[in-house]
Amino acid sequence: MIVLERRPQPSRNWALATPLVAVLATMVFGGLLFAVLGKNPVEAIRTIFWDPLFGEFAFYYRPQLLVKGAPLVLIAIGLSLGFKAGVWNIGAEGQYIMGALAGAGVGLAFYPLDAWYVFPLMVIGGALGGWAWAMIPAILKVRFGTNEILVSLMLVYVAEQLLASMSLGLMRNPEGHGFPGSRNLNDYAAATSWINQNAGLHWGVAAALIAVIFAYVLLNRHMLGFHIRLTGEAPRAARFAGVNPARLILFCLGISGALAGLAGLFEVAGPAGQVSIDFNIGYGFTAIIVAFLGRLHPLGILLAGGLMALTYIGGEIAQSQLGLPAAAIQVFQGMLLFFLLALDLLTHFRIRLRKREVA
Amino acid sequence: MDLSSINPVLLIASLMVAATPILLAAIGELVVEKAGVLNLGVEGMMITGAICGFAIAVETGSPWLGFGGAAIGGAALSLLFVLLTQVALANQVASGLALTLFGLGLSALLGQRYVGIKPPPTPRLDIPLLGDLPVVGPILFGHDLILYLGIALIAAVWAALKYSRAGLILRAVGESHDAAHALGYKVVRIRILAILFGGACAGLGGAYISLVRVPQWTEGMTAGVGWIALALVVFASWKPWRVLLGAYLFGGITVLQLNLQAAGVAIPVEYLAMSPYLITILVLVILSKDKSRAPASLGKIFHASH
Repeated sequence: MIVLERRPQPSRNWALATPLVAVLATMVFGGLLFAVLGKNPVEAIRTIFWDPLFGEFAFYYRPQLLVKGAPLVLIAIGLSLGFKAGVWNIGAEGQYIMGALAGAGVGLAFYPLDAWYVFPLMVIGGALGGWAWAMIPAILKVRFGTNEILVSLMLVYVAEQLLASMSLGLMRNPEGHGFPGSRNLNDYAAATSWINQNAGLHWGVAAALIAVIFAYVLLNRHMLGFHIRLTGEAPRAARFAGVNPARLILFCLGISGALAGLAGLFEVAGPAGQVSIDFNIGYGFTAIIVAFLGRLHPLGILLAGGLMALTYIGGEIAQSQLGLPAAAIQVFQGMLLFFLLALDLLTHFRIRLRKREVA
Repeated sequence: MDLSSINPVLLIASLMVAATPILLAAIGELVVEKAGVLNLGVEGMMITGAICGFAIAVETGSPWLGFGGAAIGGAALSLLFVLLTQVALANQVASGLALTLFGLGLSALLGQRYVGIKPPPTPRLDIPLLGDLPVVGPILFGHDLILYLGIALIAAVWAALKYSRAGLILRAVGESHDAAHALGYKVVRIRILAILFGGACAGLGGAYISLVRVPQWTEGMTAGVGWIALALVVFASWKPWRVLLGAYLFGGITVLQLNLQAAGVAIPVEYLAMSPYLITILVLVILSKDKSRAPASLGKIFHASH
């Protein structure tokens, strides 16, 4: 009979090993899935994980890794702080949209003024937009005790409708011949987030790296970070230690909203270029996987963001070259989260074989 | 604007149709939560049920086989949740999210060949005299069987939780799994059954969207109904009949805003379309005071150490 024995301390080795084992298991089962879909599994896995980095056209794909990875890391860093403290912000996608709308709104309002302060103001607008959207579930939770999971998620759908309304109405390009979508911010030099488009460098990449360092310092060297970790691991002890749960909720949701909003702004002012109905492609949800895959640790999230960006790019290549359906990549990413959660068992428990005892 | 084009009888009849998917998913989740498990994967199980039901109904030509397949599909996906939370003892919030993300991807994958196809029509109840009654006819007697099944399910869950021994055990497991375990009840086995039931109900609800309500298959067509169902369980403070009430309320809002869109009200379409979500939030706030009814072991991991 197999029994689970709780470890006195979570195993450090397994905590580090599970993401790797989960990735391997996902490759195996993902390969099986691709085989069922009638594709050569080895070729599909190679196309997804190898070609973007070392294939013939890697010079084109490598910069894309930064473009796709930056928003994922930026959002996931914010989410991980909340997840650590047991504050579940599931609505990053909505905060991402609102940040993009607010930031792009600032930029469009200044058009065509060419001044150095336009872009910084847009950044502030983006952060505030995401922050404000995340404050709704935060304040409702603190004030009324409503569930932040449900409220933040409902607000994603509200934000999507707002985005549709904005790109068809208020923010529509007046010179766009009636097509939906705003002016292209890439054509407006003072408002673009690109630093070097050929290298895939935009300010979001810089912001993501700063966020990783900031989160690392916060969690390891700052009292607030200690309170976040304490609240997640022992809420009762945290209260005795004088942690103010309301302030912690406001902080965690606020920071994750602001970071998601920033990610949205950098995306809309760079890679996406304009506010349009479907400029958001689910980074806010994928970032949840990134946060868990990175074990809610800043450096882990950096690596996980890179890996997830790789599956996005590799998935696109597999789509065009092998005809692999786009949804297959989504399933693949979902699978990864499954294996990760399941294998986490080994971190907290020992599996022992024991003879059935006589009752 | 022409409000007179809105027919109140048709409005109520279509309200009942709009409410049924939410109702089915919510009553399933209510049983799951009563057993002390928080499954946030309702949206994923619904969309999986939607495509399973749709595909089977199209392939076999029978909507009933479709609904059966949808229930099995939803339950099959919830089996993954069982493995994660009951066997691997993973965090229920994260596992539920994983289930939703996975279900959305899987359904899109399964549904590729079914975009733009019409499913076989689900027959309506056709009672000669009663169905022809002026107001009562279309409201009470003019629907399909699944809609009545949903209402019957509410009654059955209510009666089972209140009067049956099995219901009592289920509630005991949800209130205090340690006490239930000490009394010799198989906590994990009971929870697994509850989760599977929830999955089957969510699957049925999803199939109702793709086979009756819309009826068509599009990617991500559940559009948050699963999450509204989760909110509805809180709204109902874990009482079955209140699920019915809440589902009709939300169904009413959905149908009303669609009717207002069609009638050309001066409010932009996008603002009308976001109203069900905003009202869900509003209701959550209003009802947040009543916390006492949540099952005490909700979302807690059970691990029998001896």
